[in-house]
Amino acid sequence: MIRIEPRQTQSRAFTLGVPILSAVIALGFAAIPLLAAGANPITAYAEMFRGVFGSVFAFSEVLTRATPLIFTGLAAALAFRAKLWNIGAEGQLYLGAMAAVAIGSGVLDISGILLLPLIVLMGAAAGAAGMVAPTYLKTRFGADEVVTTLLLNFIILIFVQMMLEGPLKDPMGLGWPQSAPVLDQGMLPPLLDRMRVHSGLILALILAGLAQFMLARSVWGFRLRAVGENAAAARHAGINVNRSLFGVAILSGGLAGLAGVSEVAGLKGYLTADLSPGFGYTGIVVAMLAGLSPVGVVIAALFIASVFVGADSMSRAMGVSSFLADLVVSMSLLCVLVGGFVARYRIVRAGTTRAAS
Amino acid sequence: MTKSTVLKLNGLSKHFGPVIANDNVDLSLNKGEVLALLGENGAGKTTLMNMLFGHYLPDSGSIDVADEAGHLHPLPLGYPQVALASGVGMVHQHFTLAENISALDNITLGSEPLFALRRNRREARRKIEAIMAQSGLTAPLDTPVGRLSVGERQRVEILKALYRDARILVLDEPTAVLTPQEADTLFQNIRQMTDEGLSVIFISHKLREVLSFSDRIAVLRHGKKVGEMLTADADEKSIARMMVGADTPELAGSELTPGDPVLTMTDVSVPGRSKRDTLTGVNMTVRAHEILGIAGVSGNGQSGLANVIAGLTRPEQGLIRVDGVEITSPTPAKMVGAGVGRIPEDRHHEGIVGAMSVAENMVIERLNDPEVQSYGLLLREDIQDNAERLSKAYDVRGPGVDAPARLLSGGNIQKLILARVFDRSPRLILANQPTRGLDMGAAAEVGKRLLNARARGAGVVLISEDLDELLSLADRIVVIRDGELHEAPGRDREQIGLMMAGEPA
Repeated sequence: MIRIEPRQTQSRAFTLGVPILSAVIALGFAAIPLLAAGANPITAYAEMFRGVFGSVFAFSEVLTRATPLIFTGLAAALAFRAKLWNIGAEGQLYLGAMAAVAIGSGVLDISGILLLPLIVLMGAAAGAAGMVAPTYLKTRFGADEVVTTLLLNFIILIFVQMMLEGPLKDPMGLGWPQSAPVLDQGMLPPLLDRMRVHSGLILALILAGLAQFMLARSVWGFRLRAVGENAAAARHAGINVNRSLFGVAILSGGLAGLAGVSEVAGLKGYLTADLSPGFGYTGIVVAMLAGLSPVGVVIAALFIASVFVGADSMSRAMGVSSFLADLVVSMSLLCVLVGGFVARYRIVRAGTTRAAS
Repeated sequence: MTKSTVLKLNGLSKHFGPVIANDNVDLSLNKGEVLALLGENGAGKTTLMNMLFGHYLPDSGSIDVADEAGHLHPLPLGYPQVALASGVGMVHQHFTLAENISALDNITLGSEPLFALRRNRREARRKIEAIMAQSGLTAPLDTPVGRLSVGERQRVEILKALYRDARILVLDEPTAVLTPQEADTLFQNIRQMTDEGLSVIFISHKLREVLSFSDRIAVLRHGKKVGEMLTADADEKSIARMMVGADTPELAGSELTPGDPVLTMTDVSVPGRSKRDTLTGVNMTVRAHEILGIAGVSGNGQSGLANVIAGLTRPEQGLIRVDGVEITSPTPAKMVGAGVGRIPEDRHHEGIVGAMSVAENMVIERLNDPEVQSYGLLLREDIQDNAERLSKAYDVRGPGVDAPARLLSGGNIQKLILARVFDRSPRLILANQPTRGLDMGAAAEVGKRLLNARARGAGVVLISEDLDELLSLADRIVVIRDGELHEAPGRDREQIGLMMAGEPA
C-alpha cells in the first residue's frame, strides 16, 4: 500500500523549477507524434524556435498572440486565487468585444482621447457584467459557477452570432456576419511600424503588474487571498466573503472583456463570431501554468503564444500539422499539474512512516 | 455461566504529540457480552476503538483476539484488513455508506474481489437474508442507501459488519442519531445477536441506556480507565461520578465581584440544521469579572451558541446586547467591533488561514485599523512589528512571523489566536473548547490568560466538555442540553454530570 501525504515545506526552487521542467518534458512527449509524422523533432523544434525568435516580425507576432492570453490568464488567475472558478472568460471576451464595436463603430464620433478610453471601459464593464449572474447564483443559492460560467459561454456566442446577423451587422459587409469596423480614432495604436503588435500589450502588462502589487500589498488582496485559502476562517475573522467574491468576479470578468476589446480594437478592427480561437479557455491553462501569479501569467502567456506561433511556422516549413501546438500546450498543462502535485505531496509507502494522527 | 474471553486489550497507550489520548488501558470482552464504554468527550474512547480496528498504531500495548475456536491470538496492530479478518467489525458514528448504490451493494462492497468477472449476488443476498432473520435487523436491500432513513442506514452498517463475519462488534454512539423507538429496536436486535454469540462494545454518553442495556461498564477519563463494574451493581450516580471524577478542583481565580453585564442574551433562538447548532429560547447574562462556564455533552447546541456570539449566525429571534449596546443582525465584524474576542472551536479551520503568514493572521480581524493599512495598502512594517511584539508577549514559537501559520504546532496556533484576541483587550471573550488537543502547558497558559482577562474586567463565556476545566475556571456553570440552557445548582460535579446526561436535576 502506498499513500500520499502533504509535504511540510515546499522548496522555492522546486516551485519555480516545476513549470520549466514540465515545458521541457512536454516538448519531449510531443516529439513522439512528430516522429510518427515523419519529421525529425530536432529540425522541427529548430524551425519552431526560428518561428519565434527568428526575426523581429516573428517575435512581434508572439507578442500579438500573447496579449489576449495575458488578459484572460489574469482573469482566471485572480478568480482562481479566491477559489472562484470562472471558466467563462471566453464568453466575457465576446461581451467585451461586442461592447467595443457597439460603441466604437460610429455610434459616437468623438475624438480618440475620449473614444478609446470609453471603449476600453465599456468593454471591461461588459465582461464584468457577464460575471454578475453566475456570482449571484453562487453566493445566494450555491450554484456551481463552473457550470454556470461555462454554459454562459455558449449562450453568449450564440447571442453574438444573432447580433452579427442583426443590429451589429455591417451594412457595408457584403452580407458577411461581421460588425462594422471600429473607427480609426477608437483603435489601440500599434507599437511598431508595419507590425500587428499593438498597445493592448502595454495595457495588459500594466494590469499584470498592478494585479501582482495589489494581491501582495493591498487590503483587497489580503482579503482575496484569505477567502481563497480558507473561506471559513476569513468569514470568522469578519471578512465579507461574498463581497470579496463579487469584487474579484467583476475584476475577472472585466479583464476577460479587455481581451475582447484588445482583439477588436487592437488587431481585427471588427467583430466576427470567430474572433477568439479559445483565448478564454487557453487563459485557464496560462493561469495554471503560472501558478496563479499575475507576473507568472505574463511569462506563461508568452510561452504558450510562442508555442502556437512557432508551431505555425514549423508546420509551414515541415509540412506537419499545426495542431501539434495544441498538443504541446496540453502536454505542458498536464505536466505542470502532475508536477504541482509532486511539489505539494509526497508518496509514502504505508507501514514505513506513520503520521501522528 | 462462565464466559470465554474474546478480546483483550493489554496496556494500550497512544500519544498525539504531547497529548495523551490513551494511557495504559486494559480491557477485556467476553463472548456474548455487551460492554458499554463510557466517558466524556476526549476521554479517549474513540481512539481506543480505532487502535482495536487498526486505524491507529498504539505507542505501546497489545491486543489479543479469539479465533472461532475461542483461542486468543495476538492481533497484528495497525491493519484494518487484519482486524476485519479476525472478526472485529466497527460501526462508526458517521456512516460510511455510498448513498447512490443499493443497501445490498453497500453491504458486499469491499468484501468481493475487485476484478471478479461476475458477482455472486444471489449468494450474497441469501447470506444477508439469513443474517437479517437471525438478528432481526431488517433493511430494504435494493433501495439506494440515500433513500433510507437514518435507522435503516445504521442497520445496513451493522449488517455490513456481520456480513464480514464479525464476532466482535464496536458501535460508536449508535443511538446519537436515532429516535428513542429506533434505539429500543436496535437494542432488542443487539440482544438477539449476543444470544447468538456476538460480543458488543458500545460507546455512549447516555447513562440510562447504558444501565438498561449493557452487561458491564468501563469508564474512561482523560485517556485512563478509571473504573469498571457490572451493570447490575451500578447506578446513575456512581457512573456519573466515575465519568467526571470524584473531587472538585479548587477555583483558580481570586474572589471578584461581578460588574455590569457585558453580554445579555434574551430569548435567543436559532433554528439550526442539526442538534449541534440549534438554540431554543436561550437567556444568558455574563458580567464583567465573570467567567461563565457552559457544560454539556458535545453536539447539544454548543456550536449554535458559539456561532451566535461570534456573529456567524443571525438568530431567528431574541435580543443580544454587548456591553449594553444592542447588536442587530450580528456579523463577525460587528461583534469584533463591539469588543468581542473569539477563540474558535476549530482553530485550524476557523482560526487561521494556514497558507498565510503568522503576521498576516495576527491582523486578519482588524484590516481596517490605521495601524494595519493606509489608503487600502497594507503597512507591512507595522504588521511585521506587531507580529514580532505579539509573538514575544504570547510566546508564539515557530519558524518566524513570515512563515505560513500552518507550520506552527497546535499549541502555537492557539497562542497566535490568543495574541490576536487578547491584544485588543476585549470586553467579552468567547472561548469555545480553548484547550482541546493542547498539552498541559499550553492548556494552563490559556486558563491563565482567561483569568487575567477576567481580573481586568472582561466577561468570559467558556464552552468546554472538560468539567475539570470548567470547575477550576468558571465562576458559574450552566449546562446546555438540546439547545437549552439549564442553570447548574452550584459546583456539584455529580449533579452537573447528571444534568449533562439528560437526567432531571
